Amino acid sequence: MPELRQKLLVLYSHTPDLNSHITAWALYDGTGKEHHTTGDCDTPPYKSVLDAMKQGWRVIQFPQLIPAYPGLELSTSYLRFEYILEQLEEI
Amino acid sequence: MVEKKHLLTSVQMANFVADGFLRFDELVPEEINREVMRELDNRLINFGYEPQGQPLTNLWQDSQGIGKVIRMPEVEGIIQSLLGIDPLYDHHCPHQVGPGHLEGQVWHADAIIDTRQHFDIQLFYFPHDTPREMGGTMFLPGSHLRRIHETDIGRYQNFIGQVPVVCKAGTLFVGHHGIWHCAQPNKTDKLRYMFKIRLNPTVRQLKMWNTDDLEDERIGGILFRNHRWYGNDDRLEYANRIKFWRFLIGDPQFDVNYWLTRIENTPERRVLAGVG
Repeated sequence: MPELRQKLLVLYSHTPDLNSHITAWALYDGTGKEHHTTGDCDTPPYKSVLDAMKQGWRVIQFPQLIPAYPGLELSTSYLRFEYILEQLEEI
Repeated sequence: MVEKKHLLTSVQMANFVADGFLRFDELVPEEINREVMRELDNRLINFGYEPQGQPLTNLWQDSQGIGKVIRMPEVEGIIQSLLGIDPLYDHHCPHQVGPGHLEGQVWHADAIIDTRQHFDIQLFYFPHDTPREMGGTMFLPGSHLRRIHETDIGRYQNFIGQVPVVCKAGTLFVGHHGIWHCAQPNKTDKLRYMFKIRLNPTVRQLKMWNTDDLEDERIGGILFRNHRWYGNDDRLEYANRIKFWRFLIGDPQFDVNYWLTRIENTPERRVLAGVG
């Protein structure tokens, strides 16, 4: 059995539409081959979540659409449209 | 009181509301920068907190470096425009990033979930040249009104529109307490400094700047600046900036493009059907 490690790509999209463009991103590499940190890139790795899927990334988490709590309709906080994708890589 | 010529303008204040920070390149003269570096290198000022909640004017009275920085008329004008008179010292911290430090600090705001419209400011002062390879602080424009808890945003790494501080010595950034930021790696062989001071208001933050240009037609467009990283939330950001501007100018009716007027319209006037 090959030994597999997980790479996680976290993409934040403009809208919940998987075709919409990426506005923020993070990459965590469980193979240890790559190291990413804050501010290490000014350009998103993919145009959209769908674009990443076409390059072999598997979506493993979808954002829930949660209605605003009463009284907090205009409040903003964390990025809402967060998609988590994975690739499994042999080491 | 500060001379009017040193106060911020309404257009600058609108930029603060939209971006969450203002930038003043090479504001501090070189001789003061050099003295600040001497004070830092020789630990001539306390690296730990001074007693908190005291008037800013109490601090560093004999210092020809950092003491002079906070007493520059231009710096006093910035502080008074944002906080009003008699600001309090909250804390200070000479930040240091060592040579060859390749890990970026996680994104964070220096705030717990802070529901006030009243706000603190933080001075981010760069006493020496800071090229990109030396890091600088990274800021995320327009993030200051988001209600988050400190490093809860630590999963994020990059945003479109993020702004690394690349500057010459003597540059000052002034940020809203809620601005998202992180220290960047220092790939050089030199120690990097950034001197931060947090200040609190003691008076209502109401038109404390030079309001001669309060009706400047650019202000609405500035408040509607789209930083793009928040995607579809842009409309919510605009609404919150209108609320913030209302607070600063003391006008609960202020609006841009009818955005809040529309959703605040709940008429109670009663008329009988068929009565014309």
